[in-house]
Amino acid sequence: MAMNRVRNAFAPPRKGETFELRAGLVSQYAYERKEAIQKTIMAMTLGKDVSALFPDVLKNIATPDLDQKKLVYLYLMNYAKSHPDLCILAVNTFVQDSEDPNPLVRALAIRTMGCIRVDKMIDYMEDPLRKTLRDESPYVRKTAAICVAKLFDLNPTMCIDNGFLEALQEMIGDPNPMVVANSVQALAEINESAPETKALQVNNNSLKKMLMALNECTEWGRVTILTVLAEYKSADMKEAEHICERVVPQFQHVNSSVVLSAVKAVFLHMRYINAETAKSYLKKMAPPLVTLVSSAPEVQYVALRNIDLLLQKQPDILSKELRVFFCKYNDPPYVKFQKLEIMVRIANESNVDQLLAELKEYALEVDMDFVRRAVKAIGQVAIKIESASERCVNALLDLINSKVNYVVQEVIVIIKDIFRKYPGYEGIIPTLCKCIDELDEPNARASLIWIVGEYAEKISNAGDILAGFVDGFSEEFSQTQLQILTAVVKLFLKRPQAAQGLVQKVLQAATADCDNPDIRDRAFVYWRLLSNTTDQNAPKNIILSEKPPITTTIKSLPPALLDRLLLELSTLASVYHKPPEQFVGQGRFGADAVQQAAIEEQMQNARENPIAAVAAAQAAGGQAPQEVQNNAENLLDIDFDGAAPASTAEKPLNGMTGLEGLAGTPQRVESPAVGTSSQPPANNNLDDLLGVFGNGNATTSSSGFGGMSDNDIMNGFASMDLSGSQQPPPPQQQLQGASKKTNEDLLSLF
Amino acid sequence: MLSGILVFNQKGENLIFRAFRPDCRPRLADIFRIQVISNPQVRSPILTLGSTTFSHVKHENIYISAVTKSNANAAIVFEFLYRFISLGKGYFSKFDEEAVKNNFVLIYELLDEILDFGYPQNTDVDVLKLYITPDNISSAIRSTSQPTSQALADTSRITSQATGAQSWRRGDIKYRKNEAFVDVIEDVNLLMSATGTILRADVSGHIVMRAYLTGTPECKFGLNDQLLLNQSADAPNPGITGNVDGSRKATKAAAGSVELEDCQFHQCVQLSKFDADRTISFIPPDGEFELMRYRATSNINLPFRVHAIVRELGTTRVEYSIAIKSNFGPKLFATNVTIRIPTPLNTASTTIRTTQGKAKYEPSENCIVWKISRFAGGSEYVCSAEAQLGSTTSQKVWSRPPLSLGFSLLMFTSSGLLVRYLKVFEKGGYSSVKWVRYMTRAGSYEIRF
Repeated sequence: MAMNRVRNAFAPPRKGETFELRAGLVSQYAYERKEAIQKTIMAMTLGKDVSALFPDVLKNIATPDLDQKKLVYLYLMNYAKSHPDLCILAVNTFVQDSEDPNPLVRALAIRTMGCIRVDKMIDYMEDPLRKTLRDESPYVRKTAAICVAKLFDLNPTMCIDNGFLEALQEMIGDPNPMVVANSVQALAEINESAPETKALQVNNNSLKKMLMALNECTEWGRVTILTVLAEYKSADMKEAEHICERVVPQFQHVNSSVVLSAVKAVFLHMRYINAETAKSYLKKMAPPLVTLVSSAPEVQYVALRNIDLLLQKQPDILSKELRVFFCKYNDPPYVKFQKLEIMVRIANESNVDQLLAELKEYALEVDMDFVRRAVKAIGQVAIKIESASERCVNALLDLINSKVNYVVQEVIVIIKDIFRKYPGYEGIIPTLCKCIDELDEPNARASLIWIVGEYAEKISNAGDILAGFVDGFSEEFSQTQLQILTAVVKLFLKRPQAAQGLVQKVLQAATADCDNPDIRDRAFVYWRLLSNTTDQNAPKNIILSEKPPITTTIKSLPPALLDRLLLELSTLASVYHKPPEQFVGQGRFGADAVQQAAIEEQMQNARENPIAAVAAAQAAGGQAPQEVQNNAENLLDIDFDGAAPASTAEKPLNGMTGLEGLAGTPQRVESPAVGTSSQPPANNNLDDLLGVFGNGNATTSSSGFGGMSDNDIMNGFASMDLSGSQQPPPPQQQLQGASKKTNEDLLSLF
Repeated sequence: MLSGILVFNQKGENLIFRAFRPDCRPRLADIFRIQVISNPQVRSPILTLGSTTFSHVKHENIYISAVTKSNANAAIVFEFLYRFISLGKGYFSKFDEEAVKNNFVLIYELLDEILDFGYPQNTDVDVLKLYITPDNISSAIRSTSQPTSQALADTSRITSQATGAQSWRRGDIKYRKNEAFVDVIEDVNLLMSATGTILRADVSGHIVMRAYLTGTPECKFGLNDQLLLNQSADAPNPGITGNVDGSRKATKAAAGSVELEDCQFHQCVQLSKFDADRTISFIPPDGEFELMRYRATSNINLPFRVHAIVRELGTTRVEYSIAIKSNFGPKLFATNVTIRIPTPLNTASTTIRTTQGKAKYEPSENCIVWKISRFAGGSEYVCSAEAQLGSTTSQKVWSRPPLSLGFSLLMFTSSGLLVRYLKVFEKGGYSSVKWVRYMTRAGSYEIRF
């Protein structure tokens, strides 16, 4: 009895889905078996674990029905890992199939074998693979070519020892273009994962072969070949010319990825040919790029991001095509934002009127985010094109009169930048001062106060305005407080009699009642400067010193990064405008790198989501902290299960804590780091975060301070970029904000 | 490259999960569901979490997502996803949740064929249909039981075609009557400002061909493309090379030539030849295909002029007066002209008067739809309407979306493009009949007010 009960407990269940499927799989009728297999696959897709059926499914592998065979193979690929021993039973069928008279079956067998990642299977792969690589059917050969890449991924030594790499290299000369493309693809992948194998060495001969295949193979094959061509370093000018000549016709291909790859190849080889020809190629490049803008929105987005990169290198290729980038009413927001950026980039004296009319139109729309960007774009154009500045300023004044709150605030921020380039527009200050009561965003308030401080001698009631702010000093955001402090001191230096009491009051408030060390420190510095008796002019020289005008507020990438990204055109890196190592993890990071990756990913999430990006850049109230919290949640959602593939389980050598030890992949570490923060790790992150921020902004800086965003550098706009919200931001951000502020405070004094 | 392809319905159920690389783990489906489908704030089609990148497109009521762990070619990813969709449409006529659920076996089969180790392979729907067929019991080639010599010959022919240089055409096509139909279809895009200035007007055209030709014919195709015409004018003996084969004189632009901004061709067109001397020569696939797409931006003939006056009277009423005038020859007529006149979100009721056609307020779309089924050339119609607004609590201003137009107009090309000739050369030396048809439709034809 007892024995029986125990046996029953271990016996397979007699009812339930699995039982029914099993019954179907071993049925005597073929159609029932097939149906059961289909149901099994369905269950597998839904995420149910049907691995228990492995032996029963396997029984159906030897079938003449190609459909059924494919399904069984699909099942095998999914569950081979859980039953490595049983896989051996399938080997025989695979080997047999790889010699089937039907090329479809041969190809299927070799394709599937490569996907069954079990050691035992690999041992048996050698022979079939060698045969299929020399198969008479090109269909089988092209499948076998990819299979070599699969094998290399599993077992590189075996792949090299058997000479499969050489076989592939030979296949670049295959008469069939698709075989060529797949061989090139496989070699390129092997070369990337293991550069020491020198799998893909393009020489004169293989170059010729690839150029031949280029015109004949499928669209995807063309992309492969074009990508390899782009990476190839041409030996001399003549060769580069030849490559360009052969690639240029691909601009006319209907597939946008072919077009982009062709653009990439020509763009990179163009550097080596004479300027005259290069120019004509640039000209030929414009129409296809413009055509990409009318494709599906996602493709458009990729194209626009790439066009942005190209424009940073060659600003004038699309200067005549402004109209194409006008936003359509139902463009998705990510496309609209990108179009705005590009329009500003190609703005010049001849098209600025058109652009301005369009931007004014956008500024009247209702989508808040878009409107803000449109307003910002007007400011960027004003600073970029001097002759248009007056029209831009007038447009901005019109917008102020619209009295829409968020528009007005954005305009104030933009006008501050305009003053930094053209100090002569002081006539508009009264209009600005009228909206002083409507401003509630720290950024806008700070901007206005900066303007008041800067033009204190010309604004008769500057004292009254600032007095109002000083009264509410303790309730302001810290970045506004900093501005109040600086503005009052400026006023005092310009008109000592008017602000004597005010400056006392504000210094008192800032040093005695303020918790923020940045504000306190700045106040102390000012105080000491003002009470300095040895050199009466020192405060004036320092605080009221002449500031060089800014040159641009358009964000550009640093040249080195730009050149790097041009090599990555049309890839994800080009969409993110970041080098690939920042978002591609190999699962073999050391502890530092893991942490670095975690931070960068967080930043990237922020950047991906344009709202968040705006928030990060402008510190728009409470949005930023919320977003970061979101991210923290996102990260927590990721993968705490043990589903990691065996290969990533190797631990980092110098894992510092238990947490790092856990991590095979980067994302699993970052969750603790972000979630709990305020621990020492967060401190470590700080430097990296700053570094990244610095990189992002440094290029626009017009002066030699470097590393700081131009927004902040000149005028003590410390922490402009950072959240100054009243809710406590997450600790990480606070920390980061704090240290950045300190840096800038010091700078702003000079 | 691609690590996997996932298909979801709107509820976030995973309909298809196909991994191509070991790093695509089942758990990723949940992440996509949480991060994209149930997250209303998603504003980018590309999302990277950790080192995993999801690129998704939405089609009908399904999400299709590509997973990659490397720095993949983003353009390929999206092109491929769209190709996958059109493949689905080619197989099931409609590619939505129901189609996916009913055909998931076939979809797995397709995915297995069009992607290998994450690299796209042949995605041509006509070729794939040769060996992946919707009905399961079909043809001998799929069964390996008794390999007849015929079946074997079939399979090797198919496979060599799937990889060959002309992967799009079989060699043994026969027709009693050799015919080729050419449809020139133009979508006019217009963006007009409130003051009536044209902000942007361009034409995106495509030429669709239906070829029913025997054997492997080589076709040459000629347009009144300015560059080409200039070229032949430079030649010593310009002559009237191509007498238009099936075309009739459609518009007065026939005398002139058209400047094409950019063209893109079906993969059967020999791009290098086009680049060298702008001749379009190709061996067509059998049946219908899109031969080329082009873009033209200069000298666009706008078939309709719209003059809109919209006044917001206080906060309770909006008054419309819309005049539309046709701008083409009186012998032609446009069909299915629809004008969508946006109304504020809080519109309560409308009163509409039109001089032609029917107009109706569509609350679900927030616009008045004015339909004129037949619109002759050179005529003008007016619609005047008034919308009464209900009171509303939200202070949001009305965004005044642009007025949009839809129409189709036969025997008219906005760009003035004409087919000059289509020549067919085949070893058999048969004669063929060619037909040309022109049509202009509204792309995004928008007028701000």
